[in-house]
Amino acid sequence: MLSLWYSQRARSWAMQIALLGGLVLFVWWLAGNTHENLTERGIRTGFDYLWRPARFPISESIIRYDASDSFFWAYVVGLANTLWLSFLSILLATVLGLAVGLSRRSAHPLLSRFAGVYVTVLRNVPLIVQLLFWYAIATSLFPVPREALNPLPGVFLSIRGVYAPALTLGPGASMLLIVAAILLVIAIVAGFKLSAGKRLPVKAASVGLSVCVWAGAVVWLSGMLGHPIGLEAPALKGLNFRGGMVLSPEFAAIITGLTIYTSAFIGEIIRGGIDAVEKGQWEGARALGLGERHIMFRIILPQALRIIVPPMTSQYLSTVKNTTLAVAVGYPELGLVVNTVINQTGQAIESILIMLAVFLSISLSVSAFMNWYNARVALVVR
Amino acid sequence: MNCKTTLTGMAMIAALTAPAMAQSTSTLDTVKERGRLICGSSQGTPGFGAPDDNGYWRGLDVETCRAVAVAVLDDKDAVDFVPLSGQQRIPALQTGEIDMLPRTLTWTLQRDANGINFTTPNYYEYTGFMMPKSLGITSVEDMAGASVCVQTGSTTEVVVNDVSTKNDLDLQPVVFDNTTAGRQAFFSGRCDALITDAGALASVRATMADNPDDYVIFPATPYMDALTPAVRHGDDQWLDIVTWSIQAMIAAEAFGLNSENIDDYLDSDDPRIRRFLGTDPGNGAALGLSDDFAYRIVKSVGNYAEVYDRNVGMDSPLKLERGYNALFNDGGLMFPLAFQ
Repeated sequence: MLSLWYSQRARSWAMQIALLGGLVLFVWWLAGNTHENLTERGIRTGFDYLWRPARFPISESIIRYDASDSFFWAYVVGLANTLWLSFLSILLATVLGLAVGLSRRSAHPLLSRFAGVYVTVLRNVPLIVQLLFWYAIATSLFPVPREALNPLPGVFLSIRGVYAPALTLGPGASMLLIVAAILLVIAIVAGFKLSAGKRLPVKAASVGLSVCVWAGAVVWLSGMLGHPIGLEAPALKGLNFRGGMVLSPEFAAIITGLTIYTSAFIGEIIRGGIDAVEKGQWEGARALGLGERHIMFRIILPQALRIIVPPMTSQYLSTVKNTTLAVAVGYPELGLVVNTVINQTGQAIESILIMLAVFLSISLSVSAFMNWYNARVALVVR
Repeated sequence: MNCKTTLTGMAMIAALTAPAMAQSTSTLDTVKERGRLICGSSQGTPGFGAPDDNGYWRGLDVETCRAVAVAVLDDKDAVDFVPLSGQQRIPALQTGEIDMLPRTLTWTLQRDANGINFTTPNYYEYTGFMMPKSLGITSVEDMAGASVCVQTGSTTEVVVNDVSTKNDLDLQPVVFDNTTAGRQAFFSGRCDALITDAGALASVRATMADNPDDYVIFPATPYMDALTPAVRHGDDQWLDIVTWSIQAMIAAEAFGLNSENIDDYLDSDDPRIRRFLGTDPGNGAALGLSDDFAYRIVKSVGNYAEVYDRNVGMDSPLKLERGYNALFNDGGLMFPLAFQ
């Protein structure tokens, strides 16, 4: 028996089991207390409310939502908005951030100074302040709907947002699209085949010609089907524009704010990554006679990527979490929906748990993807 | 703000996971021991609850709290006000952060059934739309396609949807978490209309509009809401104290008593008034208070008419008619219960 005590293995096992047991007991204790307190205060619990009709409006969504849908669907709609917002702002901020990072490394003093000021200002002003700033701009720059600016036919700029014509798909539209896509591939392949071995201008002319033939065929086919694909222009009806696509001031403000704010951080990460690549790499590449742009994109950036990816992961995670600030400018992401549900049902614990679970899953997915990518670009040590 | 709501939620989880107090003390004892009453208040709706230029809280809902503070602590200034957003307020009450919630809260079945208790209505009103007069719209039927600024954490979100569906209006809601942001968006022209309680709309119009006469307010539904201070579930004595403190102001108006003339009635022969004032003992003791609690409320805060007039009525910038908030014998809904 005593020998067990001296066994490293046995001791660590005992320790682990004790810890696990402690954790289970702790969670059990928390759950018990919560249940008792809720019952004592007469607060309803459970998740059955999820299937009742939500009845509240959501101002915009990328998937269909109607107030007669369930609370569960309202969460899904909020989640879809959050994901859409996260995806777009991460994408745009990465592109913009790369430009900012490269500008800061630029030899051109004006460009690098400007990038420096950009980064300093944006990193040091709280995001919420920036969001309110962009929202104030979005709602004060443009006139009321009746006096909307009309820069292009069918496009209207007003305080209610930017309205543009939207595609409308009638019966037969999907068939037309599929046939058109197949014909396009055939047209391009045929163009290349016919001009095989010829010089570039001939090749281009040949491909151009077959695309023209394709366009004619598609127009003819569309006519045959009774023009199933059309444009629906927004029109001022009553108080507001109806029809068409709309970019709301709320979405414009949050996407602008998040993108610009995040790009400053991403720019710094990229600049840091580039600076961290050894000077010898530049010198070696120059000695080979490569141009500066080649050196940057073929030699330096791939190596910098190894340094950039881990901090970039954190930045992406922050961006996902920062989308919850959209609530300040009235864009209905998950946080706003959760707030509303809490108020309508009073079931705060359930709603907060759902929000925690959702953000945990999003964050873990983002970080799993970035880790996978990191493993791919990491230096392979043999 | 959203983070605040999440924090409230977290705080609520924390409070609810904590071990239950063995024999939790009553709210009355807690308040007496603390020497202060803690009230949930709005984040600034002048007339109903907002600090004045000197930081002193004023308003109809504020004075409801002061009445309770007088009843329990004999000091109308022994109140701390905690500004709460629409969706923070109910968790704050449930978790014990505040002792009572007199914050333009509509009495609804879902709220009543879910952890809070309503006392007695201190204000009746309809949910209204406010629109610029220049749009020429004065009723719900003409509002087709209007965009509406809505604040989350209120019953109005559902009202917007119900009105829109019922009249086939296709209203376009823009929902704000922050009361001020929603109101500013309305005045900047982001929305055609602002929806909330008509009284709050009158307050917004009187205090935020460049020219209040440029805006019109009309009912969104034909129904009245009973705005009712609420207390935590499970403390019947405290429920009674708050109920009867509010009732004391209404009853005083019905009896013709006010803060100036009340001393003349101390030797009244009317048995109802004698019981009301505590000259004949019993009422206060039944609630766990001193017998003259109603007298002290009227003496230091006033009767319902005085409170109404100076905060939202003709003596205030809001200039709201008594309407449904008149006493029953003047065609209103305010009805004093029997003080015996």
